[in-house]
Amino acid sequence: MSKIFSESAGASGLDLRGEALGAARAGRPGVIVRVDGTLADAGVLGAEELERRLLELGFVEGARVEIIHQGLFGADPIAVKLDDMRVALRRREARAIEVKFD
Amino acid sequence: MTDAVLSPAPLSPARLALVGNPNSGKTALFNALTGSRQKVANYAGVTVERKEGHLTSAVGRRVTVLDLPGTYSLRARSPDEEVTRDAVLGRLAGEHEPDVLIAVADATNLRLVLRLILELKQVGRPFVLALNMYDIAQRQGLRIDVEGLSKELGAPVIATVATRKRGIDDLIAAAEALYEKHAENPNVWREPSAAEIRAAHGEAQRIMRTYVKPAMRPDTLTGKVDGVLLHPVAGLLILLTLLFVMFQAVFTWATPAMDLIEAGFAALSGLVIQVMPDNLLRSLITDGLIAGVGGVVVFLPQILILFFFIILLEDSGYMARAAFLMDRLMGAAGLHGRAFLPLLSSFACAIPGIMATRVIDQKRDRLTTILVAPLMTCSARIPVYALIIAALIPNTRVWGWMSLQGLVMFGLYAAGILSTLIVALVIQRLFWRTASEPFMMEMPAYKTPDIGLVARQLWQRASIFMNRAGRIILPLMVLVWILSTFPYPPEGATGPAIDYSFAGMIGHAIEPIFSPIGFNWQMCIALIPGMAAREVAVAALGTVYSVGDVEGAGGQVLQGILATKWSLATGLSFLAWYIFAPQCVATLGVVKRETNSWTWPAVMFFYMLALAYLASFATYSGAVALGWG
Repeated sequence: MSKIFSESAGASGLDLRGEALGAARAGRPGVIVRVDGTLADAGVLGAEELERRLLELGFVEGARVEIIHQGLFGADPIAVKLDDMRVALRRREARAIEVKFD
Repeated sequence: MTDAVLSPAPLSPARLALVGNPNSGKTALFNALTGSRQKVANYAGVTVERKEGHLTSAVGRRVTVLDLPGTYSLRARSPDEEVTRDAVLGRLAGEHEPDVLIAVADATNLRLVLRLILELKQVGRPFVLALNMYDIAQRQGLRIDVEGLSKELGAPVIATVATRKRGIDDLIAAAEALYEKHAENPNVWREPSAAEIRAAHGEAQRIMRTYVKPAMRPDTLTGKVDGVLLHPVAGLLILLTLLFVMFQAVFTWATPAMDLIEAGFAALSGLVIQVMPDNLLRSLITDGLIAGVGGVVVFLPQILILFFFIILLEDSGYMARAAFLMDRLMGAAGLHGRAFLPLLSSFACAIPGIMATRVIDQKRDRLTTILVAPLMTCSARIPVYALIIAALIPNTRVWGWMSLQGLVMFGLYAAGILSTLIVALVIQRLFWRTASEPFMMEMPAYKTPDIGLVARQLWQRASIFMNRAGRIILPLMVLVWILSTFPYPPEGATGPAIDYSFAGMIGHAIEPIFSPIGFNWQMCIALIPGMAAREVAVAALGTVYSVGDVEGAGGQVLQGILATKWSLATGLSFLAWYIFAPQCVATLGVVKRETNSWTWPAVMFFYMLALAYLASFATYSGAVALGWG
């Protein structure tokens, strides 16, 4: 994984420790520093597949992200602003995404 | 070959296929390309819908266009996306390879589709990029270097506005030019690893930065609207209000049209009865065919109203929000957020509800929802419930203000909802033995739905139901008629004619099986014609008890007969039966059409039958133990 860090996050000059998006509060913007399926309970998909799906939806290192809405019960699922898009997902899967908040 | 000398040789036909992200306006573009010349069917062996259309190009070439399911990647994650992958790679069973691909992109949201296009490039098939919704991009002040982008991708790039039919001719001409060149490259595509997806994202990002100037006036409306519609409390209240209106519409607005259709078919029967002598052919025409066709057409108003709402919700972008709001609730039953809509619709009727499961992408979640949808209390159960409750439940008050009859009715509805959720959970957790797929979806920008596109999709739903489901439902209806009519009663027979028919024989034969749950032979017989539709059971009981017109004065008489002939335990057992029993061939027919196999209607039939029997047995035994036998 370290190679990917240096490519994407390193370019923006950030240090690489982040917090899990799945445990984050709403309204805090930040930058994705790590997407790793093994960080979450990937369930039926498996870690590799979860990671690929998140990447395909645009959750990639260097992308800007912020939780903008959350559900009534247990603040789950969450809707996030991801660069110019909006994506909905559950907190369980969002644990695979680490964010360095501003 | 003399013809070729006299007139120009006909141009060889070309095959195009549309590929793009969900919400890229692909359907609108397909509609702009092919207009009314569309055909909806299923791909061989799968439940994925196949949409194909035709057009004739400016130079007179015949062009076929295939609208492939939307995807973010060629790595297929669902049956729909498998179809897209296999079609693009030219290895879809029973399909010709497309000659040219049209990659459809939302010009205001290029990031993800550029990565998909990089995958398409590896396939080596010639493609054109359609920058759709270009007018919105211009309005936002988004600037795209179309020429530069075209050079970078090595493919023509055409700006289009599908809803206004702009850029369509250029798009077709560009695709034709590629087709003439036969510029295929070798296919080097293989499923990308996570690292390769990252690398492709980097490449897409670079292309974006080089050729696209970000919007000067980005869409802020969507964010503002979401502030209200996705609010944890206000958003849920708005959704519930919307659902309430939809449910009311399907339930009550459809009623006048359904009454009109029923009256029309009744009048038609009356006409046939007047002009034809009383014989077998007349009975076949009136009781078999006209009643059968009527039994199919009568569902159309509900289907049209429900799909009108569904298409509006989908095309405006609200459906993704509704799924977001309902995800937690449905997730508790192991279902996907999108399952709430089909299930809610099933309150009116399981048939439009089952058709509405198309909004669920994942095959297993869709199947589970289809299987449990008939457990929701549909409106056809109401006449049955009303008759039995009026006949056997005393009209008294509980705690001085609650009607006992109303309470029983409420209990029946609650039992329906509860069993739906429990059975769904059991199927998801025990049958599939897997947790459901993760809920992850893009929430598109809000858009005003295009009226023409809404009308066309509505028309497609209606014709699919009439052509496909009707073809299954009608023969089943005729079969029910045959069972209830043949053989004729012998000369001088005293009992009702149905007693001597196959239905009568079956009713008598199955009586021993049904006596432990308190059913007499009259009830067993009524179950057979009652397969045509749940409410038919009322008329069928009227027939076996020789009451006559149950819609008019006969209804009171039948109620009186049931009150004296049935014990309370039998009545409750019959009610429990109707919560679960698969007493509706139309539902089974539509499940066959939606799942493309007889396996699932069979599974549904037997699991519901088993549940009904167990519930009735428990109810009857319990009631007898309480001294209500």
